[in-house]
Amino acid sequence: MPILEVQNIEKRFGATDVLKNISFTMEKGDSVAIIGSSGSGKTTLLRCLNFLERPNGGRIVVDGQVLFDAADPKTQREKEIRQKRLHFGLVFQSFNLFPQYTARKNVMLACELLSKDKDSPYQATQDEIEATAAGLLARMGLGNKLDLYPYQLSGGQQQRVAIARALALRPDILCFDEPTSALDPELTGEVLKVIRSLAEQKTTMVIVTHEMAFARDVAGRAIFMDGGVIVEQGPAKQVIDHPTEERTRQFLSRYAGE
Amino acid sequence: MDLTLLREQMPVVIQALNTGFLQTLKLFFVTLAGALPLGLLISFGSMNNFRPFSFLLHRRGEAKGFVRWLGNARPIRAFFRFIIWVVRGTPLMIQLLIIFFFPGMVLHNNWWGSGEAGRFAASAVAFIFNYACYFSEIYRGGIQSVPKGQQEAGQVLGMTKRQIFFRVTLLQMVTRIVPPMSNEIITLVKDTSLARIIALQEIIWAGQAFMKGSQGIAGAIWPLFFTAVYYLVFNGVVTVLLGRLEKKLDFFR
Repeated sequence: MPILEVQNIEKRFGATDVLKNISFTMEKGDSVAIIGSSGSGKTTLLRCLNFLERPNGGRIVVDGQVLFDAADPKTQREKEIRQKRLHFGLVFQSFNLFPQYTARKNVMLACELLSKDKDSPYQATQDEIEATAAGLLARMGLGNKLDLYPYQLSGGQQQRVAIARALALRPDILCFDEPTSALDPELTGEVLKVIRSLAEQKTTMVIVTHEMAFARDVAGRAIFMDGGVIVEQGPAKQVIDHPTEERTRQFLSRYAGE
Repeated sequence: MDLTLLREQMPVVIQALNTGFLQTLKLFFVTLAGALPLGLLISFGSMNNFRPFSFLLHRRGEAKGFVRWLGNARPIRAFFRFIIWVVRGTPLMIQLLIIFFFPGMVLHNNWWGSGEAGRFAASAVAFIFNYACYFSEIYRGGIQSVPKGQQEAGQVLGMTKRQIFFRVTLLQMVTRIVPPMSNEIITLVKDTSLARIIALQEIIWAGQAFMKGSQGIAGAIWPLFFTAVYYLVFNGVVTVLLGRLEKKLDFFR
């Protein structure tokens, strides 16, 4: 059974159709790169998966469980949505770390709050939470930065803290929204390296990115979006090296030589 | 001025001014204690996004004209912004007079009573309400200046709205609002003298008494001038304390 099924997602902002009939599925351990020009709906799709936007149509199914169905208001209750979100993690383009907390506390905060709530699916003791945070940050190569505040870290380091923060809640699917677009090329490398190692460890990931070479090498599959529709999808190497659609070829020609 | 006379008057005047200043301080602290939290509630009201008729917009296609206006109407926000407009748009002195005299003159039931306690209660209500409206706008600016991404980061981590406000937004907001708040608080110290208009026996009232004649001293204007020293010293203390707070919150950016 696929871990994620996205079925016929529609999203409108006012009278503008941003997503039209988006469908795809993912197996556990897969990583999918979503590529396409700005305004093609990639980010909106990611935001729909994380319930930051409410789709106007379609269904989101995780592990056989219908998390969201636009036709069924019962799936849209605020309290349940908060818990359903935990199936997904999201790493933002602009990191969005909490500036008043250290790297360690950034990773721990949500875990602590969820563990205090007896109804939440995430439960851990304070010791476990601290160990998890230290372990994750060490995996991100930040074992010696635990007690620094975000402003004391470089962009690449901040983004790696953000990845650790998203992983701490053990999401089924980790989403990346252009994780390196706010970084200079030197810092981009260190973040991509972390994502690559996550892919090698079979973390299920949806990655919106403009790094074509990275998408081809790391992602199992690729989805090319344009104007709110999926134009082409398939194995990443095939979609990026040998696209069948004219629109995909046009888009990728700008990355030629990379 | 005759120095011996001054030396004679001094102890009497200082004692009267001290008593007056105590009332000034009381009004100052009661106003802060009331207006700081009330202002936060008002700011939430003025940012409320509840659209009771939004279902009119949910049909396919674009709503137009009156239907669109009604669908987008946010009555709670409009109500609070109207209140803020009225309170900030009229003099505090007039608000004091209205709040003090309205019950007796219009409702024929002067619930403030006639003593100093009643005048203080009326002053406190007027000051709290007035300052809460100013504070609410400072809070609103502070809250809205925290990037939206902070809220969204909290949301995707499964935090409740309340947790996001108290654990994420609040401290970032406080850091941003300390300088404008300091301004308002220093203004409040001096604004308390407006309560003189309903004869609250604060320090200006106490100083003025020696012009008309009180405790054997009449026609003396220097006690009134001397009240400025009290305000100045107290504002010095307030400035130092707020400066310390600002420094304490400077551990992140």
